[in-house]
Amino acid sequence: MMKQMVLQRIAIGFATLMVVSVIVFVMTSWLPGDVASIILGQAATPETLAALRAELGTDQPLIIQYFSWLGNMATGDLGISKAGGATISSLIESRIGNTMMMAGLVALVSIPISIALGLYAAMHPGTWLDRLVTFGTLSTISVPEFFIATVLVLILAVNLHWLPSTTYLTGDETTWQFLKAIAMPLFTLVIVVSAQMIRMTRAGILNVMNSPYIEMAILKGVPRKRIILRHAFFNAIGPIVNVIALNLAYLVSGVVIVETIFSYPGLAKLMIDAVQTRDLPLVQACAMIFCGTYVVLIILADVASILSNPRLRQPK
Amino acid sequence: MEREKLFEVKDLRISATNDDGVEIPIVKGVSFDIHKGEVVALIGESGSGKTTISLASLAYTKPGLHFAGGEALLNGEDVLTMAPLRQREIRGANVAYLAQSAAATFNPAITIGEQVTESAVLHGVLTQEEATKRAVKLYHALELPDADRIGFRYPHQVSGGQLQRLMAAMALCGNPDLMVLDEPTTALDVTTQIEVLKAFKKVIHEENSAAIYVTHDLAVVAQVADHIVVLYGGEVMEQGSADQIINNPTHAYTKRLMEAVRPKPEAGMGTEVSGDHDRSIDNLQVEDMTAGYGGIVDGDPRVTVLRDINVSVENGHVVGVIGESGCGKSTLARVMAGMLPPARGKIKLDGNLLEGALKDRKLDELQKVQFVFQMADTALNPKQVIGDIIGRPLEFYHGLKGKEKHAKVAEILDLVELPAEFASRYPMELSGGQKQRINMARSLAANPEVMLCDEVTSALDSIVGANVIKLLTSLRDKTGVSFVFISHDLSTVASFADEIVVLYAGRIVEQGPTDEVLEPPFHPYTRLLISSVPEMRIGWLEETMKKREMAVGIARGVEITAIGCPFYNRCPLGIEGTCDKKVPPRIFLSNGHEIDCHLTLAQLKEAEAEAQRILHGYEKLGNEDPVIVA
Repeated sequence: MMKQMVLQRIAIGFATLMVVSVIVFVMTSWLPGDVASIILGQAATPETLAALRAELGTDQPLIIQYFSWLGNMATGDLGISKAGGATISSLIESRIGNTMMMAGLVALVSIPISIALGLYAAMHPGTWLDRLVTFGTLSTISVPEFFIATVLVLILAVNLHWLPSTTYLTGDETTWQFLKAIAMPLFTLVIVVSAQMIRMTRAGILNVMNSPYIEMAILKGVPRKRIILRHAFFNAIGPIVNVIALNLAYLVSGVVIVETIFSYPGLAKLMIDAVQTRDLPLVQACAMIFCGTYVVLIILADVASILSNPRLRQPK
Repeated sequence: MEREKLFEVKDLRISATNDDGVEIPIVKGVSFDIHKGEVVALIGESGSGKTTISLASLAYTKPGLHFAGGEALLNGEDVLTMAPLRQREIRGANVAYLAQSAAATFNPAITIGEQVTESAVLHGVLTQEEATKRAVKLYHALELPDADRIGFRYPHQVSGGQLQRLMAAMALCGNPDLMVLDEPTTALDVTTQIEVLKAFKKVIHEENSAAIYVTHDLAVVAQVADHIVVLYGGEVMEQGSADQIINNPTHAYTKRLMEAVRPKPEAGMGTEVSGDHDRSIDNLQVEDMTAGYGGIVDGDPRVTVLRDINVSVENGHVVGVIGESGCGKSTLARVMAGMLPPARGKIKLDGNLLEGALKDRKLDELQKVQFVFQMADTALNPKQVIGDIIGRPLEFYHGLKGKEKHAKVAEILDLVELPAEFASRYPMELSGGQKQRINMARSLAANPEVMLCDEVTSALDSIVGANVIKLLTSLRDKTGVSFVFISHDLSTVASFADEIVVLYAGRIVEQGPTDEVLEPPFHPYTRLLISSVPEMRIGWLEETMKKREMAVGIARGVEITAIGCPFYNRCPLGIEGTCDKKVPPRIFLSNGHEIDCHLTLAQLKEAEAEAQRILHGYEKLGNEDPVIVA
């Protein structure tokens, strides 16, 4: 039963990707601007345009273009950037490492902190620390991320001169220099993604705390710490991992504002640049990577909630 | 001999504080004692404060309540004024709690064994190894199946009755001085209730522990209690020995409670149908219907829940459907309502074929068949006022608006005996009984021909439940609406239904007019159900357990089979080679009374006579050994 459910999730994920690929392809093909004329610019004549279009395949019917694009993508051939002539794979390769590293570091810092703070707040509801956490997370959720970034720059870079305000990576810095360089975007992102995870952990635990089996644990004389960690936490895992997954996906695709502010060379910024230059194949590839990240993370979250539920793990 | 006092409650007061900061007394100066080895029952309706008082022994109040005075002395130490750490120590170690719904009180994510032993190990009473050993011993004592390994399972992997007994093991594992049992059998089928009661009584006796038994059911109290405290509105009305309260109640309220105890189901308890609403065509008919879940494969559902069902509901009549949980009662109602299209068979309304699926039925067909759900709390939208809840079907089916609608809402409220002012209230402001009336009013507003009532009195106190039945009877007589009344409570069905359908493992084993079904000859399953209904008589439990059908019927569980008689494995009269192989034939008796059984009428009658002989022989001789005739 469990295997079946996991396979079902994967199948749904795959179907989602297919639907998104159609949408991405159709939407980008509707965008104004013809790549052939962009590439040729002043040198465009009707003959050279037609020749380039034939070469790029953009004179084919849309459906054929879609399938050849899909087929190429499945075999790892992401095509050639229409704006620069470089392969899209190489463009993405140069950025994806940065993005994944940042996402990984942020996750590594924020997930343990969030769960710990959320649990602590749930363990001591109504105390000053709980109120501080609730107020703090609510504030960071309601404030746009560029504001947080700007405030951090103002304090840590402009006033205190502790950290550089932009991230410039050459590849041969020491670990310390490296950490200093990425600290600003890292802080900003940790603050942005932690708020939701903390709130969800706290709310999920408190929601479970109203269950009769928690009252039973109290009446059995189980200490509050154990009630939360052993009795409540495993029943609250489902919603918590889903919020974590959504936030991780955001770290890959949605951090463009933060990347722009700190000039961090990540994937999201690559996509925005591609949109500006009408580099449609690159936009499509980025969109598919982002969607794929979401799908994979959500599948992982679903599998984690299935695994945490004995009803599904061990049916009758 | 005066036994040692274990727990003393002196002038206990518990209050709630409302939003305006005003104190509302909930428990108003209650006193009683519990001695070692004694079972004290707290009885009363919901709102009497019985659970609140029992929880005081654990130094616990539900959120929103607080102790306002008095003492609760456990072994001479006041639990109410203890330091919180000490309070946590006594919970589980000295006083153990058993809740009404084991299904809700077991943590779904932790194995049974860990939960059973947790408290004893945490309090340092036993080591994990000792506790596990003791738990297995308790599983055996509680007659749980697969006792050596049941601890490794998760709560969802065992049945409700088993979980209830496992909760007893959880309470007993730390060897507490006092157990608090809060309505531990109320949510169970009669047959399961007997098995759980028997197990509780046995372990309480063997462990020589004391207990507070909280319930509203006097018949159950009569089986387990030594001492009874009758509560009403947070005050003690009367207290005394079980014998005195049961056989010689003095307070008027105790007498009222006794009157509301449902009598043993017998023929002749129901009311006569006036015949004013008779028609030649049946209201609702189900013919050769098979239904189940999981989609249909080759004409059969993947999981068959109901098989070859034939039921017809006459105009202005009440058809009672009884059976244990899981027998398919609710599924039958869902098929009739169109919520579950049957795999095979026909449903007819006033002689016209009805579509199986709700979405294919016409508006007037929907209007004529209405469903009343068990839990008014979940069926009524908490954000809508009563006027809107009742007004919605009036608008949807009858197009009423504005003043007309208001007038009709008032009329319907009057029909369910509630004042018209209720239209502007929210469900939250109503009592349980009132909410159930609104729940019925909502379906009455559609002006239906058939009302499908699924366990509508099960969640109500006996006095409130009895009033709801009275209301349903008057509705039937006034409006000529017919009812399909589903209940696991045989007494309620007997007092209200004109016809009874007995369902077992998805098949009808017996059906016919109420008076015929409740008179011998019985189907062996009907007999088991009837004899399982507790009587308000001290010693009834022991006596009943000596009957042969109990020994077989109680111990074994339901098996759903397509071959042979579904009841075979629990039937004391089963014939090997016949009952387990062939589908039982239908025996037709007078007045449309039908029994599906391989035994002949003469054999069924002989079995009944034999049972009576055993019972009387037992009473005369006072024989202590169980009389089991093989």
